[in-house]
Amino acid sequence: MPRTHVNCTVNGDEVDFLSADDTSLLNALRDELGLIGAKEGCGTGDCGTCTILVDGRVNCACLMFAPEAEGTTITTVEGIAQGDRLHPLQQAFLEGAALQCGVCTPGFLVAAKALLDKNSDPTETEIRYALAGNLCRCTGYDKIIRAVQEAAVEVNGAPK
Amino acid sequence: MAGCVAGRAAQYVTDFMRYAAPTTVDEALELVQSEPDSRVFAGATDLIPQIRAGRPEPALLIDLKRIERLVAVSHNNGTWTVGAATPTSALTANTEFSSMFPGLSEASGLIGSDQIQNRSSWGGNLCNASPAADSVPALIVNDATAVIASNSGERTASVAEVVTGPGQTSLSDGEFIIEFQLDDPPANSGDAYLRLIPRTEMDIAVVGAAVQLTMDGDTVASARVALGAVAPTIVRVPDAEAALVGSRLNNGTLDDGTLAAVAAAASADASPIDDKRGTVQYRRQVAGVLAKRAAQTAAQRAQGAS
Repeated sequence: MPRTHVNCTVNGDEVDFLSADDTSLLNALRDELGLIGAKEGCGTGDCGTCTILVDGRVNCACLMFAPEAEGTTITTVEGIAQGDRLHPLQQAFLEGAALQCGVCTPGFLVAAKALLDKNSDPTETEIRYALAGNLCRCTGYDKIIRAVQEAAVEVNGAPK
Repeated sequence: MAGCVAGRAAQYVTDFMRYAAPTTVDEALELVQSEPDSRVFAGATDLIPQIRAGRPEPALLIDLKRIERLVAVSHNNGTWTVGAATPTSALTANTEFSSMFPGLSEASGLIGSDQIQNRSSWGGNLCNASPAADSVPALIVNDATAVIASNSGERTASVAEVVTGPGQTSLSDGEFIIEFQLDDPPANSGDAYLRLIPRTEMDIAVVGAAVQLTMDGDTVASARVALGAVAPTIVRVPDAEAALVGSRLNNGTLDDGTLAAVAAAASADASPIDDKRGTVQYRRQVAGVLAKRAAQTAAQRAQGAS
């Protein structure tokens, strides 16, 4: 089986792994690196459950071949907290019960982080568009939107 | 970290597909020719779902995104050159480009979610050859040209010539699109693209309509109208273009008679299919409505309104 040696930065650490050419980056993250936050929902880019940041931009890890990660900087949901301190989004999702079964949550957190990183004071409409690529079958979305709004307040107000 | 994924059911392809990431056009051409069963790709947002749906996987995947020309955007001497694998998010974020081609920018931004936008490209949208591709009608009304790499050197073709049917292109085996070229629109021009989907995001066009207009004073001097998702390929609507040319704006807007003629021509030239997204009758009706609305927006933009 053709394999490629891949070097990249994942959640701040330089990593390398040997990947089958035919596997997705999502499989490599989960199976080679043990990062099982990103999940496979649809496998076709519709549900966003596998959302990660590649060089700061949201991507579906299921729609990337693992060798494409060479030289990139990747952030998964495991990388958004600072040590023991949860990211304001994670805290807001917890406090606002913005999840039920939790399968979609890692993808929502990463997509919402990407939004807040470039727009720390988004309108509700901007939040809904930014999260349009993430599906949740439990919450009806409203709690998720409110949690992102709460986190935005925290991000804006928190002394850096 | 070795100990790979052999035998894992979650893989979506055979054990034999190889991946290559050439860094020059020539290297990519050599790779394409070295393996008859190869497939070039940019964002893979159509390729991977197709493979997962059972389409035979190629023996060799050729990732074009490491080739600088394929992801470069430049604007020189009145011509834009856009790499065929450039993510559409880079175009919608480019304010100079988006102010010059607002309709084309909006059409490009309609391809999927933010996640998809960071991968989707004009080259992929065109060569996937879906009749519902959002960027293609807007590229056609802006008279875009594709620069194609082939064994015998580079050649050019208008974007309108590339797609020949659903999933089919005029590109020969071993050819791929390097970049697109777009001349700056003439003064007093505007473009617009509208599509209908049953929700606000994340769906495939039931109908799409693109219009580009150039004004001479308050008279329409030239017009291009193209429809998506209503025929096997994107269709131009010559009768709608003829109805627009020569019409005069009244209070900055196209008059009802002209708009009715545009709508009638668009409905007449639509030859859609019935499917889960819409019936023939509905699509014909909507083609007319979208064409006249896009024409009105293009006319307003041609007068300097955004």
